Amino acid sequence: MRSIFPLLLLTSLSAAAQADMTVGVILSTTGPGASLGIPERNTVALLPKEIAGQAVKYVVLDDGSDSTAAAKNARKLVSENRVDLLIGSTTVPTSAAVAQIAKESKTAQIALAPFAPASGEQTWIFTVAQTNTLMAEALIEHMQKAGVKTLAYIGYNDVWGEDWHKVLSEMAPAAGIQLVRDERFNRTDSSVSGQALKVMSSKPDAVLIGATGTPAALPHTELRRLGYKGTIYHTHGAANSAFLRIGDKALNGAILPVGPVVVWDKLPASHPSKAIASQYAQDYQAQYGANSLSPFGAYLYDAMRLVEAAVPAALKGSTPGTPAFREQLRDQLEQTRNVVGTHGVYNLSATDHFGHDQRARALVTVQDQQWVLLHAPE
Amino acid sequence: MDISILAFLAQDGLTTGAIYALVALALVLVFSVTRTILVCQGDFVTYSALTLATLQLGLMPGTLWLLLGCSLAACTLDSIAALRRGQSRRVPGLLARYLGLPTVLWVVLDTFELAGLPAVLQILLTLALVTPLGPLLYRLVYQRVAETSVLLLLIVSVAVHITLVGISLLMFGAEGVRTDALAEAVFMLGELPVGLQSLLVIASALLLIGLLYAFFGHSLYGKALRATALNRKGAQLVGIPTQLAGKAAFGLAALIGAISGVLIGPLTTLYYDSGFLISLKGFVAAIFGGLASYPIAAASAFFVGVLESFANFGASAYKEVIVFTLVIPVLLWLSLKHPHLEEQH
Repeated sequence: MRSIFPLLLLTSLSAAAQADMTVGVILSTTGPGASLGIPERNTVALLPKEIAGQAVKYVVLDDGSDSTAAAKNARKLVSENRVDLLIGSTTVPTSAAVAQIAKESKTAQIALAPFAPASGEQTWIFTVAQTNTLMAEALIEHMQKAGVKTLAYIGYNDVWGEDWHKVLSEMAPAAGIQLVRDERFNRTDSSVSGQALKVMSSKPDAVLIGATGTPAALPHTELRRLGYKGTIYHTHGAANSAFLRIGDKALNGAILPVGPVVVWDKLPASHPSKAIASQYAQDYQAQYGANSLSPFGAYLYDAMRLVEAAVPAALKGSTPGTPAFREQLRDQLEQTRNVVGTHGVYNLSATDHFGHDQRARALVTVQDQQWVLLHAPE
Repeated sequence: MDISILAFLAQDGLTTGAIYALVALALVLVFSVTRTILVCQGDFVTYSALTLATLQLGLMPGTLWLLLGCSLAACTLDSIAALRRGQSRRVPGLLARYLGLPTVLWVVLDTFELAGLPAVLQILLTLALVTPLGPLLYRLVYQRVAETSVLLLLIVSVAVHITLVGISLLMFGAEGVRTDALAEAVFMLGELPVGLQSLLVIASALLLIGLLYAFFGHSLYGKALRATALNRKGAQLVGIPTQLAGKAAFGLAALIGAISGVLIGPLTTLYYDSGFLISLKGFVAAIFGGLASYPIAAASAFFVGVLESFANFGASAYKEVIVFTLVIPVLLWLSLKHPHLEEQH
């Protein structure tokens, strides 16, 4: 409850003050995406209240992890709240729904999920989450070094699982790794023994689990219970503390790519994200308790880092609440150079609306419910 | 596919099948007594597992506040009704009946170091927290609409389910939990590793089924429930209070759900919204039995569990499709067998 009241307050305040800059935030704080959306909602309290002397209001709406609701929310924010910018949503399908409205209303959108619009459609859409391709590169490199020849895949029966499979089936053969199995499961499945057995019957050198948060631990513990000895890889979607708690000792040796913020306390002092990630992590944990940090909340924080860098220039010659300001803001976002966030350093351009390089990933392993940093490119 | 994989899948399927069987039995029970399809049966399962996990972490489970809230609401309703009828002397009795258990639970949960309690006590506390929610739900929601159509009752059930899932997210958060294993031992049966926990689940399910059979066949309450199920009006005429029958059915269903939650908790990760899928699989099994036959429902539930397990192995992307498609031929067959089935009152 504690975290809902400030949001209600913010919502009511935003209608009153018209001259302020208004940011519409759409998150999946209920439904299947809730595990990702709740830390994002918590992060709203840590966002800047003022940028370059301009007061900033946030209007936060929940889409229930439902695309239709996300589109409805986006339309409401654009027409009733006259927002200058849309941030969200939490998952790829809901982000795609928001993108339609962003394009129609000529409002910039910063998606928090790795949503990649079709080419030519990306004008108004920016994304802070790392692409699966970027993260998969780190895993494939590690597999090559470890001498992995055959790889099996167990992933979500949804967009996330599908996209990881697509990325793997493109990258693995090029790296001399054979993808021997493709198995699927659902987040709320009560058993994945069948999939695990099928994977084991193909005797792969390594297994990759394409899931997010706590559900990612289930196939892992099942494989270990059945006596699988090879390396098990995960995606960056799995990297939250509940995942470590649920999987416990069975997760030892798991390897996954994460955003630098996940290992903020273990980064070398020379890492560009060290300072800002430490600040965010400490502020967040001071407010929501130890071990509450999630990489997903940090995406929202990074989105506002981009906005903070873009607003001063956008304010010259236009005022918030006008179409001119929205366009200026979009143009300035596209000009983003070397903005340091908790998930790496952002460099955007007309052709690249993701803006990440390899500094946005760190390779970690798990040891007794702790992350152990293997490699963080600087 | 060799024999050890086959045996393993069968074991896995029977374990989940046992949980579906318990859910299916509860669904048939509640439907036959109150004509309600209890969509939230699976939610009792998740409430119980999540409550137990919270206790094991040493935290105060949100279920207590829900129980207190529901009890207060039901108590107020009944007290107002009693006062209107001028029976003010009944009010203290109502207060004691509704608020006694929640208060005791509150005191117990507040005094003891929860994480350090023996597992048996934690489980008993969980059952005591979740089971009363069944009768309370009946009192608060279903009692007033008990005489309406099956369709309306179903719509109410869906609403109750959605509300319970929302409350669950608020109480337990979005992350999954896994409770501590009741029995960690694994022994080898030839080449096949058999988990003691799986055996425990299957044995408990069978035991519960046996107990239910004895209850309905040989006890007065059980016979009264069966009479209500067979003929509501007739049961009323011979003096069986149908409201009490409704509460008893919901209470039993909640208890069965709570026990299922305790059993399945260590085997899988459960989320605040896992209940729906569990309900649905149990429902498929209950449909096989025409929502009336306990033995067919239980047997079909084991079948659904095993089928699901093999579908996981054979075609994991399509396993839900495979399980749910089964309903169509069964419904077709049932509707051909009973061409003029109309709603009976």
